[in-house]
Amino acid sequence: MDLIVREVSHRYGELRALEAVSLAVQAGETLALIGPSGCGKSTLLGIMGGLLEPSAGEVLTSGPLPEGCLNPFTYIFQDFALLPWRTVEGNVSLALEHHGLGAGERAERVASALALCGLVEFAHAFPKQLSGGMRQRVGIARAIVVRPALLFLDEPLSALDAQTRELLMEDLLAIWARERTTSIYVTHNLQEAVRLADRICVLSRRPGRVKEIVEVEVPREERANAEHARALAELQGRLWDLIRDEAAVADREMQDA
Amino acid sequence: MPETRPVAFRGGGFNPAGRRGASWIAFAAIIAAWQLSSSSGLLPALFMPSPLSVVEALARRVETGALTRHLAASLQRIALGWAVGTLGGLAIGTAMGIFAVARSIGLPVTSALFPIPKIALLPLLILWFGIGEPSKVATIALGVLFPTIISTYTAIDGVPRNLIRMGQSFGLPAAMIVWKILLPGALPGILSGFRISSSIALILVVAAEMIGAEHGIGAFILAAGNLMQTDQLVAGVVLLSLLGLAVSFGLSRLERWLLRWR
Repeated sequence: MDLIVREVSHRYGELRALEAVSLAVQAGETLALIGPSGCGKSTLLGIMGGLLEPSAGEVLTSGPLPEGCLNPFTYIFQDFALLPWRTVEGNVSLALEHHGLGAGERAERVASALALCGLVEFAHAFPKQLSGGMRQRVGIARAIVVRPALLFLDEPLSALDAQTRELLMEDLLAIWARERTTSIYVTHNLQEAVRLADRICVLSRRPGRVKEIVEVEVPREERANAEHARALAELQGRLWDLIRDEAAVADREMQDA
Repeated sequence: MPETRPVAFRGGGFNPAGRRGASWIAFAAIIAAWQLSSSSGLLPALFMPSPLSVVEALARRVETGALTRHLAASLQRIALGWAVGTLGGLAIGTAMGIFAVARSIGLPVTSALFPIPKIALLPLLILWFGIGEPSKVATIALGVLFPTIISTYTAIDGVPRNLIRMGQSFGLPAAMIVWKILLPGALPGILSGFRISSSIALILVVAAEMIGAEHGIGAFILAAGNLMQTDQLVAGVVLLSLLGLAVSFGLSRLERWLLRWR
């Protein structure tokens, strides 16, 4: 399913967070949203999936829903947002329980999502018993169990250490290769963006505007190869040049929230 | 090789851990000291009966069946009053945790009514409901209501907003968000509120039974006091303490079972 963002602006009281943002996400692609901190990336993601109401502008979709889709706009959260009193299985099945599926179909869907995320032997564990990486895998399983049309990832790896992040990136790539879910990936980590995205949308400092949209030309499955390392590093450098000065200013800004 | 000095350890203390048995030893020591001062004549029996005579007084009442009657009467009032107050408090507190209107009405009203000692309302409640059971149950229910409202409201308010957003992002209907996210998330706070409200119920039942009650621990203590039967008076007080301990034990078990995910 395609997603079209048309002239979206948003303000929190006096604070202008986004200004006239327009962009289009094509079915099957992964778009990364990057920009200096406080540029409204997460706000934009919330607006795209209908969790926030924009002050102006609109978000549209076109194209058919994937087969078996129960929740077209589905999020994966930075802080995982798992229910601590539910087991891994219970957390995944939460997303299905209000859809009136038969018990058999529900169990089947949960089991296949757990299998896809390598969580089968943790099905009955509580979140507190899991490592950060495993917790986020539960978040991913909960998202793919509803077969989303659009997957919104809000800095999904930011709360994890570098090694776990590396492992989860591989998992995400494997899942995307299989499901081809249209995804929007918010991150402040340029390396993640260059590794995972088809296109990278660079937002400017507050109020966020689209500064540039950069295509990553190396095919995703080849990006781990050594021969592309230089091209990818150059791209990362270019992205850094785009946001460096503004990131420095953003860093020195006082929080007024 | 230059001279070496050990790095002194300074990270100890400030780490109270439960010592099993310490509480039993303390209890035993206090009771033993009490018994010793009574037997040696240091404590006159009229002012402070010895532990042994208290146990004897309790045992006599158990034999005659009087104790069971008093206990049953009190427990019935507590159970009914606590249940009514708790259900009301949960409903109002949840509403205040969710709806802006309920909150803006509920907070000032609760603040105004909570500090009123409910026992002061007993004469009024007797006027409304008569001198029998309903006025006593209503006193307990009112006493339980306000702390339950506050603990429920605070607990619901403390459920992380991101969990609610998560529920919305998966399209959970509002009722399911309340039932599957807000209430279980608020459960730890609600349960610790039960500790407070059950103690209040215990305090109020005794006070309420001091007016117009034939049976009940409060009536028993009052009667013993009027007749200067201090051994029975203290026996009644010990009974209350045991009751409090039993409730607290039961709540701990309930917490351990319901909050095993923590």
